Amino acid sequence: MGFWQILEVRGWYFLTTLLGGWPETISVATGALAFALVFGLVIALLRLSRWRILRILAISYIEFFRGTPALVQLFVIYFGFPDAGYQPSPFQAAIIGLGLNGSAYLSEIYRAGIESIHRGQMEAALSLGLTPLRAMQYIVLPQALRTMLPPITNFAIVLLKDTAIVFAVGVVEIMALARNLVTETLQSAAVYLIAGALYLCVTIPMARLAARLERQRQAWQ
Amino acid sequence: MGMVKATKGAANGTPLLRIENLHKKFGELEVLTGVSLEVRRGEKISIIGPSGSGKTTLLRCINYLEKPTSGHIYIEDKLIGEKQTDGGYVHLSDRELANERQEIGFVFQRFNLFPHLTALGNVTIAPQKVLGLSREEAEQRGRKMLEKVGLGHKIGEYPERLSGGQQQRVAIARVLAMQPKLMLFDEATSALDPELIGEVLRVMRQLAEEGSTMVIVTHEIQFAGEVSDRVVFMDEGRIVEQGRPREVLFKPRLPRTREFLKHIQER
Repeated sequence: MGFWQILEVRGWYFLTTLLGGWPETISVATGALAFALVFGLVIALLRLSRWRILRILAISYIEFFRGTPALVQLFVIYFGFPDAGYQPSPFQAAIIGLGLNGSAYLSEIYRAGIESIHRGQMEAALSLGLTPLRAMQYIVLPQALRTMLPPITNFAIVLLKDTAIVFAVGVVEIMALARNLVTETLQSAAVYLIAGALYLCVTIPMARLAARLERQRQAWQ
Repeated sequence: MGMVKATKGAANGTPLLRIENLHKKFGELEVLTGVSLEVRRGEKISIIGPSGSGKTTLLRCINYLEKPTSGHIYIEDKLIGEKQTDGGYVHLSDRELANERQEIGFVFQRFNLFPHLTALGNVTIAPQKVLGLSREEAEQRGRKMLEKVGLGHKIGEYPERLSGGQQQRVAIARVLAMQPKLMLFDEATSALDPELIGEVLRVMRQLAEEGSTMVIVTHEIQFAGEVSDRVVFMDEGRIVEQGRPREVLFKPRLPRTREFLKHIQER
């Protein structure tokens, strides 16, 4: 059978089977995103701290997680943590791994956003009696969010695609199902192309959203 | 009633603000080279001097936006920004410093309004988050302050929709809403178009008449002469001449002061 014929005959079966992986893919992606949104902010604040030791700590973290492959980090967590007495489930390992990795990237987005806000804003907030953290919360971050929203959306797209590696620690998401299907049917091209198309169905709208946010930001300025 | 407060303040002996031998270095550059100054309750002081003389740095040190290199600042005999221990002086924690700052209002040259908040939002955020007022209480107070600076009709506007003069008046209302003991004005009209300066000076004059304690860094010599109880002339990081406005502005002792005043009037 040729490629098109296979698509015609088995395509629907492939598609419906792979769709079964969506819940897991989405759960891992949103879980890791939530993790990274919170922890990335912590890293960014440490990175901007007035204490040198905290800055060095944050920079080391960022360099380590950006400088090593996400798959390696994932393996360290899934296969290495048990040595330290904690056995994460595949799902937990995926969220922790992608979350820690994403925090490193997000923290730099946060930092750029925070640094884009004029120093006078922080000074005005401090002079009114707000503590630095409160000033960050009520004055600086809400303004920085405008600048940060497009890159954060782009980051979410990358994260969604990166979930394709978590099958390696046993999470049954789209890629894991695709591999099973290929083993079962030996139709690599059709199966993997459909899997790719499934990702595109979400990433393209997200990219459009990011572009729109970008335009909106320019209109405000 | 404002006048009564002012007179009483002047009669009271303890200074509201006391600055002792303040030095500030930025790297190798010494911007303040030993400034001492006392301000009584209700007193209005104008600081004049050429740019680079350290006026703004002095003001920023008073509420610890800049950490002095050495020297001390007291508000009502209480140390600002640091506390005394057996081992000497240590800096305050963020929270302690914030507590002290709420009593010192600062009006910036470039307003520094919060662009993501309305005029009312700008004025009510600190009373809510710092003083712990309820939203209703804060808004009631905020409205009153905005009306006081003549902007009762602009409550819902965002800063970008306000003129420079209006923005600066919102900034003053924002400070007033915290009911500070001391107000610092850092060249509050320097960033304004000439036709907008008057409305801001009018508000400042009104505050002065009501007995607020004010330290005003300004290039508006005439205004300084009219509102101040005392004019301070700074040059090269220190106070070189001070006294009643009439003396300093019209009969300055030092050639340096005379030269500066002549220079500024020729502008």
